[in-house]
Amino acid sequence: MSILVIAEHDNSALKAETLKTVAAAQKIGGDITLLVAGFNCQNVVDAAAKVNGVSKVLAADNAAYEHHLAENISLLVTELAADHEHILATALTTGKNFMPRVAALLDVAQISDIIDVESSDTFVRPIYAGNAIATVQSLDAKKVITVRTTGFDAVATDGNAEVVTLDTVTDAGTSSHVNDELTVSARPDLGAASVVISGGRGMQNGDNFKLLDGIADKLGAAIGASRAAVDAGFVPNDMQVGQTGKIVAPDLYIAVGISGAIQHLAGMKDSKVIVAINKDPEAPIFQVADYGIVADLFDALPELESKL
Amino acid sequence: MKVLVPIKRVIDYNVKVRVMPDHSNVDLANTKMAINPFCEIAVEEAVRLKEAGTATEIIAISIGNKSCQEQLRTALALGADRAIQIETDESLDALNIAKLLQKVVEEEQPQLVILGKQSIDSDNNQTGQMLAALTGLPQGTFASEVKVEGDKVNVTREVDGGLQTVALSLPAIVTTDLRLNEPRYASLPNIMKAKRKPLAVRPAADFGIDLTPRTKLLKVTPPAQREAGVVVETIDELVEKLKNEAKVIS
Repeated sequence: MSILVIAEHDNSALKAETLKTVAAAQKIGGDITLLVAGFNCQNVVDAAAKVNGVSKVLAADNAAYEHHLAENISLLVTELAADHEHILATALTTGKNFMPRVAALLDVAQISDIIDVESSDTFVRPIYAGNAIATVQSLDAKKVITVRTTGFDAVATDGNAEVVTLDTVTDAGTSSHVNDELTVSARPDLGAASVVISGGRGMQNGDNFKLLDGIADKLGAAIGASRAAVDAGFVPNDMQVGQTGKIVAPDLYIAVGISGAIQHLAGMKDSKVIVAINKDPEAPIFQVADYGIVADLFDALPELESKL
Repeated sequence: MKVLVPIKRVIDYNVKVRVMPDHSNVDLANTKMAINPFCEIAVEEAVRLKEAGTATEIIAISIGNKSCQEQLRTALALGADRAIQIETDESLDALNIAKLLQKVVEEEQPQLVILGKQSIDSDNNQTGQMLAALTGLPQGTFASEVKVEGDKVNVTREVDGGLQTVALSLPAIVTTDLRLNEPRYASLPNIMKAKRKPLAVRPAADFGIDLTPRTKLLKVTPPAQREAGVVVETIDELVEKLKNEAKVIS
């Protein structure tokens, strides 16, 4: 069997989530090809060649792929899919955007957000915001799959794959990129951080999120937020952890002033250790927390920072 | 400009789902159902486009058995002009839903199709993108802002790193994210008026599409439960446990 994995990257660095998607491909079993589609993305191609378990890297370096426009990438992937039985992408916003297009162009169903592989055609995925777990069999000859990375451990990066440069350019010409407003941060990516500290409505305003900074600095943590905090305008949407935001599974997750709505739990309950700081002892977050402390966060946070 | 808004009937988002004891599926018997929240945002966006004079007609469409007429009436009460129910008793894969919608897009020739980015039951996040691929149209998924300007639409999208704006040539497909708008409530007079708005019922079989399932649901189980841990009294105790018991900090 032959598996095509589409690399997740920003043209300068290969995202760590790709290593987990490759792990899912290894669990399916077969010869793994990694596609890097982007523009001026040689660094990514170099990194991709080192991913363990990958036998070949396909490099499509062209302006048409710079912003990962779904219309263009999906045409390229559909063309390459002819040689592969499985096509995998990471279930982040880029993969979620172009993969269903690939599936439709190939006339096959897509299996979204898999968290486990049972066999080459049977996969496990959460439904109803993670309140139920479905085991689904694909009846199509080709399987188009997006991978929720919290279900898989990253592969190592000491491999040495062959790199093949692609000359074909697929430009649908129906969409163009206008601009990005990306958040610049010195902190690790939410999806890749081993420690995440998140604030909720209990933070009261955006300014108070600064209370999390010192702790995040000491722990090398990424900072997240609940949907309530994002909807209230405290912090931008890209910080949202939850079913419709980022799904994270760090070694340590600290929930501060977060009540623990189902929607939020769906995004973090696979974390190895969960700490909850909340002044309401009845808050549902305590039902999933390994360590809870019933306290006013405005007292607890400065003390925690000083004692780390 | 004509706007098509496909909507889905799903379990009400406030209701906790139960898995059936035989693990064949979730149990939806006697469960409160509602319009999928992302679809409601799609209807609202279409209504705002009409109020701004950009859209001239809004067509709501749903695929399912007779009960989905309830959600189509909701869309009509919110401001859609007419509705189409594609009737089927089967639960269809997103691909087959997209194929049915493709036929309606060919018939109705809308300039804009606005859908929810995903339904809160199957959580697939596929239909809009698949419809875009089948119709060959550009897509603006996970939209937090939609601006129609001449023969283009600018869509600001919620992406992992923040926001991305793309320009799409019309006709185009847009899928909604949470922060695109806050849907209104239907007023009583509008709910009454909605009862008289046209709702066409068309059997799925009439569209001449092979609707054979592409996936098979083998089982549905409850998620693994996390055990509640311990409540600590002091920050010192917390730090001590994280260091020596959980060993997640040093």
